[in-house]
Amino acid sequence: MTVINPMSSEAGTTLSPVRVFFDQVRTASEYVIIPLLALAVTCILFSGLLLILGQSPVDFFELLWRGGFGTPFSWQNTLTRSSPLILTALCVAIPAQLGLVIIGGEGALVLGGFMAAITALPFLGWAPPAVVLSVMAIAGVTTGAVWIGVVGALRYYRGINETISSLLMFYIAIAIMNFFVEGAFKDLANPNKPSTKSIGDANMIGKIPGMDVHWGFVVGIAVAVILWVLMNRTTFGFAARITGGNIRAAKAQGLPVGLLMISACAIAGGCAGLAGFFEVAAIQGKANASLAAGYGFTGILVAFLARQNALAAVPFAILLGGIAAAGGLIQRRMGLPDATVNVLTGLMFVVLLVSETLYGRIPLFKPRES
Amino acid sequence: MAVTELGWTGVPLAMFAGAIRVSTPFLFVSLGECLTEKSGRVNLGLEGTLVFGAMSAYAIAYLTGSPWLGVLVAGIAGSCFGAIHGFISKLPKVNDVALGIALMMFGTGSAFFLGKSFIQPQAPHLPSIDFGFWTSIPQLKVALQINPLFFVGLAIAIAMSWMFRTTRIGLIVRMTGDSSATALAMGYSVDRVRLLATTVGGFLAGVGGSFLSLYYPGAWNEGLSSGQGLMAVALVIFARWSPMMCFWAALLFGAAGAIGPALQSIGISQGYHFFNAAPYILTLVIMIVSISPKRSLRGAPGELSITR
Repeated sequence: MTVINPMSSEAGTTLSPVRVFFDQVRTASEYVIIPLLALAVTCILFSGLLLILGQSPVDFFELLWRGGFGTPFSWQNTLTRSSPLILTALCVAIPAQLGLVIIGGEGALVLGGFMAAITALPFLGWAPPAVVLSVMAIAGVTTGAVWIGVVGALRYYRGINETISSLLMFYIAIAIMNFFVEGAFKDLANPNKPSTKSIGDANMIGKIPGMDVHWGFVVGIAVAVILWVLMNRTTFGFAARITGGNIRAAKAQGLPVGLLMISACAIAGGCAGLAGFFEVAAIQGKANASLAAGYGFTGILVAFLARQNALAAVPFAILLGGIAAAGGLIQRRMGLPDATVNVLTGLMFVVLLVSETLYGRIPLFKPRES
Repeated sequence: MAVTELGWTGVPLAMFAGAIRVSTPFLFVSLGECLTEKSGRVNLGLEGTLVFGAMSAYAIAYLTGSPWLGVLVAGIAGSCFGAIHGFISKLPKVNDVALGIALMMFGTGSAFFLGKSFIQPQAPHLPSIDFGFWTSIPQLKVALQINPLFFVGLAIAIAMSWMFRTTRIGLIVRMTGDSSATALAMGYSVDRVRLLATTVGGFLAGVGGSFLSLYYPGAWNEGLSSGQGLMAVALVIFARWSPMMCFWAALLFGAAGAIGPALQSIGISQGYHFFNAAPYILTLVIMIVSISPKRSLRGAPGELSITR
């Protein structure tokens, strides 16, 4: 996305390499400074809101820091929450490179987690944990991939807007899971909260050595790196980005636009399904309504903060995971409702989108002409 | 359950009553969305507006004792959200779909934040008009208790379709939605028309929210909305951007949503969740059947990002 002015790079016989380098830094820094500015403005606006309500902003941000990043314990909480966010952000960021706005990642997460939990059932008790977990992971990823892949196919073959259809399919996914969790797959041992049968402690995914964080975090980062390489360093990614830039030009070039759309959506859904698998295999141990915890929707914010860049999704997922992790502490210490962090994240999203209008407008970030 | 004594005949009756009750918020939100989309913009944030409207209506009704004042305040709060959306999305490079999602998160978040203290207290409800005075069957009597807001919504639907068809304002809104270049050439400010359309749309969505908290289900809590605001976007596509069709579609969605509880009341609870999801499945199927990449949808505003 970084546009390097041809004046400075190609026709740059008169420019020194140092100058070219500084111009590149200057243009690239726009993508770092504007989001940071948006975060700062969010904090200022939110502080104003707290002052109106008679609360101390200093206390709030101090608690936010302590609850999210201040202690080893809070870091573990943060990283545990950020691992599904990395994957659901990828579910938004990958199709976004083709110009598709997918907002139903939560549906793929829920259904992926549910399918992972029920495919494990026939293997319980006799198969080694590695087999059970592999089967579950494959089931989760495949389900998610099919679920969002259908959205891509509907978009390409029937011209149905992917935002609307993915949203509708989120509600359908919730209904499917509730139907089976309260019906055919209900675990009778647990009548209070309808759930599938637990996969058992022996089959749960372990923690990263030395930390109370499950392996999903590492896998999430690995997937982000792989997808960044895929989208930025391969012909697939190049073709996808051409499609996102101008679909007619892509078709005129003979690119398989439909295949690109469907496969990008399938990859995206696979990520969300993987997140669902980890929620079941590392945290819940079973599928129930807790799967729809809103990770899919927060992932949209993470992807926009990261400007749809797979690698940048990781730090922003950690930031949002930290904010979510601090929610409980803020609620207890300041007596603020648990929705306080939702207000903060919503405000952040709005301010961030307003900041999009600044790109290309600030002279400081433009390479110097002549 | 009262309907049990009527047996199977109770099901259509319960569906009728449910359709009218459940459809009213759908009707208001979809009319608001219809107006916004006719001007060429999509506001996905109406879900947040709806929830915030529900909260503010309940809070005002509780604090002042007047439910109608609550409805008004909900509308005003909704139009603030609409104005924010309209104002921000006129800035260059801002994606109106993403902004809608952001405002949805912000709206629901602030509604839960500010409404935390109103979950317990009981606010006065909106009164309903009794059309069942002639009958002695209690179920029918209950079914014919209809809230005046339903008729207000119907009146707005009729007025809006008349406005689009015959008035100058309607023509300007439609023109802005179909071709901003034409509107500009005619000397109208595209951004201002869209800002006003989004603001009025937000007002309607806020009023729709007040129905949820002040009449049916009739209490403020965090699980109040089951996505009616988001559904409205699909409903407007389903209704082909026609206000009168929005009315019928809202009734249909209301009836679909009422199948589940109606069947449950006579003892059929299997597949309950699928009946809850019926409106979503219905919309998706209808979109699959009726949309084709070869031609655009009849009635679709030309500048709308979600149908291009």
